[in-house]
Amino acid sequence: MTGRVHSIETLGALDGPGLRVVVFLQGCPLRCLYCHNPDTWDRRGGQEWDAAAVVDRVLRSRPYFSQGGGVTLSGGEPLAQARFAAEILRRCREAEIHTALDTAGAALTSDVRRALEFTDLVLLDVKHADEARYRALTGGELATTLAFLRHVDERGIDLWVRQVIVPGWNDLPDDLRRLADLLRPLRTLRKVELLPYHAMAGVKYATMGLACPLEGLAPPDEAAMARCRAILAALLARPVD
Amino acid sequence: MNEHAWRGFTPGPWRQRIDVRDFLQRNYTPYDGDESFLQPATARTERLRDKLRDLLRLEREWGGVLDIDTSTVSSLLTYAPGYLDREREIIVGLQTNRPLKRGVNPFGGIRMARSACEAYGYQLDAKVEEYFRYRTTHNDGVFRVYTDEMRAARRSGVITGLPDAYGRGRIIGDYRRVALYGVDRLIEGKLADQKELACRPMTEENIRLSEELYRQIDFLRQLKEMAAGYGHDISLPAADARQAVQWTYFAYLGAIKEQNGAAMSLGRVGTFLDIYFQRDLSAGALDESAAQEIVDDFVLKLRMARQLRTPEYNELFAGDPTWVTEAVGGMGEDGRTLVTRTSYRFLHTLRTLGAAPEPNLTVLWAAGLPAPFKRYCARLSIETDSIQYENDDVMRPDFGDDYGIACCVSAMRIGRQMQFFGARCNLPKVLLIALNGGRDELTGEQVGPQTAPVGDGPLDYADVCRRYEFYRDWLAGLYVNTMNVIHYMHDKYAYEKLQMALHDTHVERFMAFGVAGLSVLADSLSAIRHARVTPVRGDGGLIREFRVEGEYPAFGNDDDRVDSLAAGLVHDFLAALRKTPCYRGAEPTLSVLTITSNVVYGKMTGATPDGRKAGEPFAPGANPLHQRDRMGAVASLNSVAKVPYECCRDGISCTFSVTPQALGRADGEQVRNVVAILDGYFAQRAHHLNLNVLNREHLVEAMERPERHPHLTIRVSGYAVNFHTLSRAQQEEVVARTFHERL
Repeated sequence: MTGRVHSIETLGALDGPGLRVVVFLQGCPLRCLYCHNPDTWDRRGGQEWDAAAVVDRVLRSRPYFSQGGGVTLSGGEPLAQARFAAEILRRCREAEIHTALDTAGAALTSDVRRALEFTDLVLLDVKHADEARYRALTGGELATTLAFLRHVDERGIDLWVRQVIVPGWNDLPDDLRRLADLLRPLRTLRKVELLPYHAMAGVKYATMGLACPLEGLAPPDEAAMARCRAILAALLARPVD
Repeated sequence: MNEHAWRGFTPGPWRQRIDVRDFLQRNYTPYDGDESFLQPATARTERLRDKLRDLLRLEREWGGVLDIDTSTVSSLLTYAPGYLDREREIIVGLQTNRPLKRGVNPFGGIRMARSACEAYGYQLDAKVEEYFRYRTTHNDGVFRVYTDEMRAARRSGVITGLPDAYGRGRIIGDYRRVALYGVDRLIEGKLADQKELACRPMTEENIRLSEELYRQIDFLRQLKEMAAGYGHDISLPAADARQAVQWTYFAYLGAIKEQNGAAMSLGRVGTFLDIYFQRDLSAGALDESAAQEIVDDFVLKLRMARQLRTPEYNELFAGDPTWVTEAVGGMGEDGRTLVTRTSYRFLHTLRTLGAAPEPNLTVLWAAGLPAPFKRYCARLSIETDSIQYENDDVMRPDFGDDYGIACCVSAMRIGRQMQFFGARCNLPKVLLIALNGGRDELTGEQVGPQTAPVGDGPLDYADVCRRYEFYRDWLAGLYVNTMNVIHYMHDKYAYEKLQMALHDTHVERFMAFGVAGLSVLADSLSAIRHARVTPVRGDGGLIREFRVEGEYPAFGNDDDRVDSLAAGLVHDFLAALRKTPCYRGAEPTLSVLTITSNVVYGKMTGATPDGRKAGEPFAPGANPLHQRDRMGAVASLNSVAKVPYECCRDGISCTFSVTPQALGRADGEQVRNVVAILDGYFAQRAHHLNLNVLNREHLVEAMERPERHPHLTIRVSGYAVNFHTLSRAQQEEVVARTFHERL
């Protein structure tokens, strides 16, 4: 079975525990204003890869997994190619490789459910906890993400939640309160991370002939990030990275 | 007397014969705990450290050389004792009579000594010039015998870095023997060997060895006298930790006074010395702080080792390196770790004295190393970029568990094996010479046998391989013969008396060959095979550049199609070297190591079929070419790991730079991930890794404002340098390298 792969990063230390092979799949249904990988939007872009070849790549990194590493499927939205993703994850699971899925949870089809059967850890970016603002920020529906989260919760899959803090969009105490409300009931939530929006994708937009939607927006500084983390940590009564 | 010095030590064969390993195995205490026992620098140590820092600043401000004694030929007894701070020093001894002052050592070649003096605004004294008018140097000897073909190859740069004008180095005396046995016992042993040689037929080899023994004994006596000048009697064994360190250091000091060797390793002294520290600590004669103070003082001295070199030499080996390489850690053949508390004490000097390139701390990594030690090394690497790692699990089966590392990556059993080091063959240039019918691609000079140049139109892989193999075999033979000339003359005119006195008399010899530009050649062949490569000719029919159409698999992406080419290249090159016998029955070995010379090699090499432009630097060591590794660091490391150590027993160097952010967000995560990288890489039988954890911006800033980063240390290729001592071109090359980073 084949799918479209944007790229493979064999030194992934940020997307799950330990050292990870991060496979970036092509295609994304969302159009987040702060997206730093617009080159992954097109489902037909990238290169065609066989799932077995992708897994072979992952297995070559096995000696580096001593500290709890494994594979992470990212994108784009890896679930835009849910069948392909499921096949990679199945084969990795079979090889006893720790599997993670870095997703926005923007779909919950039968293929997505199948992919989740072989997933040890979901890294989920809750873009925004307010429906209208979610739609404006991403072009998608929060309801889909919520349904996805419920499913992850029911299946008991470990969950890391992340949110990219975009100044003026989701950095107010109110925004964080909504996020906390959304996260509180999740039983398998293991980690919460807030990441600063960064403006380094400008070149990519330019080479693709696209306008950068947040052109000119300054990234949040360290102090702003620390403030957001402190607020959310207090609301959730747990550490926020 | 020995009974007092050896009190409490477990006896064994080491008491009857010279056998430091046997002593070590019976007496050392493995340590599998963490670093919490370590103590910070004392006020005394800080004072000495600051004093040295001031001198180092002056040295930097004065263009890299603080002072030169131009009228004294450096040897063991030619300088009065010198001190950094006589009142406060615990370990004493300087190369000359003043700290950082350099001596001249013209035995390798008077021209080199003269031009090194002139480069720094000095003039070699007339007395020295006069003396060497009547004395043959190593350099004189070599050039008396060099053939026209050797000269042409040397000129074109297809073989570069031949030690024909300076000391060859890469010999590790077993400096520990002086501490364990005292010099008198060593002289006795050599006298006995001399008697034994007298019973043999006087063949050329036996005569040579007999004379060498005479000179070894002479220098052992001089060593005693040198130490006596500092008020120490080293004829007998060291009786406590401080003496053990001092005796060992005197032996090393004697070696660097006598020899201006390219690389003068210390060996593997830490675990040996730990036995003395343990004994003093358990007797209550020392506390931890005092033990650290002795190690600190020793390392401070090692950081002051200096040799006088020319600017041309610095182009090849930038940053004024001395390669005081000390191997730390590793495992014993019996499965116990060789990590001791003193292994930690040596690494801890990166904190007590600050990061520095010397001594060249080389951690012998093994799967079985204690986990806290692995984490401690990883943490120090992240903090200081001053450690290199080498795979004990691949070296131990060949070299046992008492080997040291000469220079950067060359293993040898301490005191039992030595090597004849020499130069590197520029592999991509061999290919270009082959395609141009034996002519140098830049000058047009006929350097090799004349054949018809390759025709016009796209290159045919099989045809190119045939041409390359023909010139490779020619060059390999020439290379061995050139090295034979060099080492014959070095033994004759610049023999390492003291260092060889600290070896067994019947020593095993390697002849260490090298290659540069491995990834460029592998990529070139891959391009010819998988893409379409057409030569474009310029003036005089020489190939000016290559037109590359289509994609090809590049080395550094864990792609067997090209990685297997790289592995085949070193295998076949070694096989070609083996066809010519080596001087003194030496066994040929091969390294993939460039030091910083990858910049110079690139400069001397025309455009290559992989699309690299004329003059552009090669990648260092066995690294993939800059920016060609597109799958991230692990894939890149996996490619390098496939270069077979069995064919490159002189070492395979890889330099790896990663930003701290790419290793994880939290500090503990970064440490764990560095351990995972090292474990994963070495589990695949990879040999060596230089690890830098830093940001490109940091380097760029250091280029612009060197004064703000006087101690910025980075690993380059087999050693570490102060960043500011690199030339601008070398700095730019380091900055242009692939930094593994993530947004």
